[in-house]
Amino acid sequence: MAAAAEGAAGSGGRSPSSARRRLRIISGHLRGSPRTPERETLSPNPCKVQGGSAGPPSGSIPKKRQELLKWNGWGYNDSKFIFNKKGQAEFTGKRYRLGGMILPTFKEWIEKTFGASLEHKTTSRASLNINDVPPSVVNEEFIQDLRATKISYSQDAEDRVFRAHGHCLHEIFVLREGMFKRIPDIVVWPVCHEDVVKIVELACKHNLCIIPFGGGTSVSSALECPEEEKRTIISLDTSQMNRILWIDEKNLTACVEAGIVGQDLEKQLAESGFCTGHEPDSMEFSSLGGWVATRASGMKKNIYGNIEDLRCAPASIRLVDNAQFQFGHALKPQVASIFTSFLDGLKKFYITKFKGFDPNLLCVATLLFEGDREKVLQHEKQVYDIATKFGGLAAGEDNGQRGYMLTFVIAYLRDLGLDYYVIGESFETSVPWDRVLDLCRNVKERIVRECKERGVQFAPLSTCRVTQTYDAGACVYFYFAFNYRGISDPIHVYEQIERAAREEILANGGSLSHHHGVGKLRKHWMKESISDVGLGMLRSVKEYVDPNNIFGNKNLL
Amino acid sequence: MAPPISPFPRPLPRPPHRTGQPNRAGAGPWEPREAAVAVGKPPRRGRAGERGAGGRRGGARRTMAAAAGAAAAAAALGRARREAPMYSKELTSKKRDEFEDILEERRLSSDLRYAMKCYTPVIYKGLSPCKPNAIKSAVLQSEQVQYVIKQLAKEMGESPEIIQEEATEILDEMGHSMQLGAVRFFAFTLSKIFKRLFQRVCVNEEGMQRLQRAIQEHPVVLLPSHRSYVDFLMLSYLLYTYDLALPVIAAGIDFLGMKIVGELLRRAGAFFMRRSFGGNRLYWAVFAEYVKTMLRSGYAPIEFFLEGTRSRTAKTLTPKFGLLSIVMEPFFKREVFDTYLVPISISYERILEESLYAYELLGVPKPKESTSGLLKARRILSDNFGTIHIYVGQPVSLRTLASGRIHHCPYNLVPRHLPQKPSEDIQEFVSDVAYKMELLQIENMVLSPWVLVAAVLLQNLPAMEFELLIEKTLWLKGLTQTFGGFIEWPDNLCAKKAVVSSLSLHSNIAQLLDGHVVLNNKGVEDGAVGEVVFKHALAILMCATYRNQLLNVFVRPSLVALALQMTPSFRKEEVYSCFTFLRDVFSDEFIFFPGISLKDFEEGCFLLTKCDAIQTTQQEIFPTDKGSVTLSFLSAMFRPFVEGYQLIFRYLWKETKEAFTEKQFIPGVRNFVFQLLEKGSTQCYEALSSDMQKNALAALVHLGAVKKKKISNGFTYSVNQEAVHKILEMFDARTPVQKPVAARL
Repeated sequence: MAAAAEGAAGSGGRSPSSARRRLRIISGHLRGSPRTPERETLSPNPCKVQGGSAGPPSGSIPKKRQELLKWNGWGYNDSKFIFNKKGQAEFTGKRYRLGGMILPTFKEWIEKTFGASLEHKTTSRASLNINDVPPSVVNEEFIQDLRATKISYSQDAEDRVFRAHGHCLHEIFVLREGMFKRIPDIVVWPVCHEDVVKIVELACKHNLCIIPFGGGTSVSSALECPEEEKRTIISLDTSQMNRILWIDEKNLTACVEAGIVGQDLEKQLAESGFCTGHEPDSMEFSSLGGWVATRASGMKKNIYGNIEDLRCAPASIRLVDNAQFQFGHALKPQVASIFTSFLDGLKKFYITKFKGFDPNLLCVATLLFEGDREKVLQHEKQVYDIATKFGGLAAGEDNGQRGYMLTFVIAYLRDLGLDYYVIGESFETSVPWDRVLDLCRNVKERIVRECKERGVQFAPLSTCRVTQTYDAGACVYFYFAFNYRGISDPIHVYEQIERAAREEILANGGSLSHHHGVGKLRKHWMKESISDVGLGMLRSVKEYVDPNNIFGNKNLL
Repeated sequence: MAPPISPFPRPLPRPPHRTGQPNRAGAGPWEPREAAVAVGKPPRRGRAGERGAGGRRGGARRTMAAAAGAAAAAAALGRARREAPMYSKELTSKKRDEFEDILEERRLSSDLRYAMKCYTPVIYKGLSPCKPNAIKSAVLQSEQVQYVIKQLAKEMGESPEIIQEEATEILDEMGHSMQLGAVRFFAFTLSKIFKRLFQRVCVNEEGMQRLQRAIQEHPVVLLPSHRSYVDFLMLSYLLYTYDLALPVIAAGIDFLGMKIVGELLRRAGAFFMRRSFGGNRLYWAVFAEYVKTMLRSGYAPIEFFLEGTRSRTAKTLTPKFGLLSIVMEPFFKREVFDTYLVPISISYERILEESLYAYELLGVPKPKESTSGLLKARRILSDNFGTIHIYVGQPVSLRTLASGRIHHCPYNLVPRHLPQKPSEDIQEFVSDVAYKMELLQIENMVLSPWVLVAAVLLQNLPAMEFELLIEKTLWLKGLTQTFGGFIEWPDNLCAKKAVVSSLSLHSNIAQLLDGHVVLNNKGVEDGAVGEVVFKHALAILMCATYRNQLLNVFVRPSLVALALQMTPSFRKEEVYSCFTFLRDVFSDEFIFFPGISLKDFEEGCFLLTKCDAIQTTQQEIFPTDKGSVTLSFLSAMFRPFVEGYQLIFRYLWKETKEAFTEKQFIPGVRNFVFQLLEKGSTQCYEALSSDMQKNALAALVHLGAVKKKKISNGFTYSVNQEAVHKILEMFDARTPVQKPVAARL
């Protein structure tokens, strides 16, 4: 619901220097955006400025998403992991720092960790088979009414399939090997608030179901169409509503349309000297409306709220366990010269032999500092002092950069895994500090145990990291992947294990979700989490706001 | 490709005759660590079937459920979600591990070298090694203990320092200080002592191997049966022999009275607890935290006795829940991934304390533990105490037990360091687990031929023809095996030899005179009547100690047999309600898994059908023609309890007028029974046993016929005469049993 309305996001304003520095870092990851958006002047009333029939405003993501993005995997068409002819791993494209680089140790890592082999490959279907796609069932009167509003729409099969799913493992798997039972019947592209109002009015009039679509990066099955929905399903794509309507510099607030994706929002705010400080892993694709709907906002409030405080907190933290450290290492690109390679060897020798770190026990924290030079240096020193006290070691900026790069490209990795019988997913929780260690250990062990009990032939990758810290607890991210050769129904097995892992999280005092949201995937546990009374309150809100269940995606309740 | 399971990551060092060093590298894709996960799921014995007990029993079970089920539907329903206990379907074909004698090697090589051997036990995978003192200070500084200290300080207006001081003292009194030197000292002296006392100490080696894997995998709690002080010495000795980490043992504080020994025990890993500390919050907090800290850190296996104290009757005592709920808490709070509970059955061919126990049961007080007392006991060193069998059971995963039972943890909404009274669900779960563990102990408890001899003999007093005894013993052996009893018949000896060697080992109890076997009644001929009764009672109680080891194996079919005898008709419902009544009355005497009366009944009927003693139809249960021997033997076996309880109830009904304490009750009822015995109006000597007297009183308390009230230093009891009379009438089958009792179920 929230995604359909304009979202007003707080933009934590600060000195332009900090914002620019932040932007530099971000753009480092996103080097060379495909198209430079032509900005229109900010206006409080965009509908009037553009007029209903004017060409759609251009954001980073086009209406025909498939022109830029993969139809059966993560991210841009031109960016992916492959094994080249020499059998070496390589990341294609020029969008990321890693683009065009060879990853010499990656093959060994994937073989060792999953028992995967380059010889055993699965093949996704090459393109969508239009004949499989459920037909579009739309009432003719509604089409006529919709035409009258001049809102752009499509009944094209590709457009509809593209909006029938998020990025849960089972959804991608269906795209590669099967077809959804139920998909939207029609896609509409409103360009402003009034358009949305008209669409909702029409849906009420004809008793249709609306499912809003933003960036399509949901990992909670929230975009799945309920199979039993008999009404026409309208996918309301907010991607063309991507403007900042106004910025209030005095109060540091802004009014932004719901469909703007993270990278565009940062870019446009930067032009006025602001930033949000909100940087989810999916920020290239996910939309402001989606953030609000999944309550992803405020993720970094402890930095971007109170940075003036003399608090020794890095702007961002990634504390990874050993398995992930090794994983990160496998993604180390080939070095440029013999000299650097010699230096690397020397470093490795120093760390493992001289300092006595065991590469099989090591874990790593990547910290990102932000602020002016003086403050950064001061914070850095404080952190290093703490690290030294506990026998830690500063690994330098280069390793840190790699840690951050990982967060953006890691989503691409799953597509490669799928080609070689490896399926995986990430999930998250938030948990009070005193339970963090117990929870991490127990959930990882539970995953390993469940895999074994369900006949997974090779020990899974089960790893975690702390990604956000709060005064009262932390957000923990789990990566979980396994080689499914020899299992007849891998998705079912996968889902059972993920379910067991979530039960374990709950039994350990973790939350149902930190920022991925509940969607359909986790609504099973809502009653346990918020009690009958809590559910009843939510239900009565829904009953009041939407008595006919027009927004019928069946999430949460 | 099946994941290869590495047998065990470290070879067991001891058995020299065992070749083939299992190697760690064989692990394949799953690392050895994961391989050991399988420990929780036995590869050898199909315990998986336990859960839905009764499924495979087929026809017999289903018809039972149809008829008796109707009568007991209400009772069964309430408990339906409970996991049923572990009655095994194919009792006789049950496969058990082989035994190895660990003394054999001791007799061949130097004890000194053994004591000084390289001792590097395998440890828990997550262990950060630490000294006993570090544990103590961790306990004192823990949030849990600090919280209670602050609370108490606030309530009592004392400064926290004083209470902290008190906590330190408690911890010092309690804590162990395991030192290798003391362990080696014990290894040496115990080798010497054990070799003199016992012929053989037999252990199931596979159990030790399973234990070794379990110790590395998750924190382990050892739950041995408790028949003798030898139990925990022997267990530590055993673990040392197999190069496993020595357990820390919760022992009663009485040992502290034994100056040197107490200290030595402490250094060998014992920690001491007061017998009762329910009221003392500080003690509870410190103790609980101490146990949990050791468990969480995986420092060493924790060992304690579910029965709480040594069973004087060799019959398993009903479990105590306090310690068990402490060791389960880290799992409930998810401070550990899992915890293994390992039931261990230790059985003695001849119990070291046998005569002490008999005296104690007859009211001659137990001598206080003292070092000089121990020295005096040296003379027993010249005696022969036969063979000990130790069966280390399958480690049971607490996580597996709890799955589906404990849903959303109440611990999640409250900080974990706050003391919290366990919810009802949890209490019920703890109790179920305790009973389950005891039933596992019973299942694996080795029964010697003498146990059978004693059971036969007690039904044929004063004297029994030798040949007949052998014949009956052999017959009972078959019956016991049908009922799932675990008999170790030494080296396939012929029955005669086995009986003769049993008699010679127990010559203090019974002997062969002129082709007849009689109880040893030294000094019975002369002396006053009272003296004679006492002596005779002593002999019978000692003999009963051995018969008692059979009872928990026999209790279900025997109560069915008794019920068949007590009910005038053969109608299944009536037999069942009489069974339920007996089961209820004897629930402190024998071990029944709580709340599954119907299942117990079915189990009893099933076993009786199996040995052709009864036949069942839809509505009725009949004794068969050839079954009468079995049935009368079974009911005679439990006759002393039925009669004993009747005597004790009669005493309470007639002789008690006002409220009394246990201290008044025991001598009172003893005198009452004593007089009856002197007059010859009863032959039930076992009613003199204070154990039976206490159990009978407890039975009336939970049947609601006696009110138990807490007073400052103990309890008082007041009798509802009418209710007791009703229960007595039910025994005499004058009143149909089901009305008052079954109605309450």
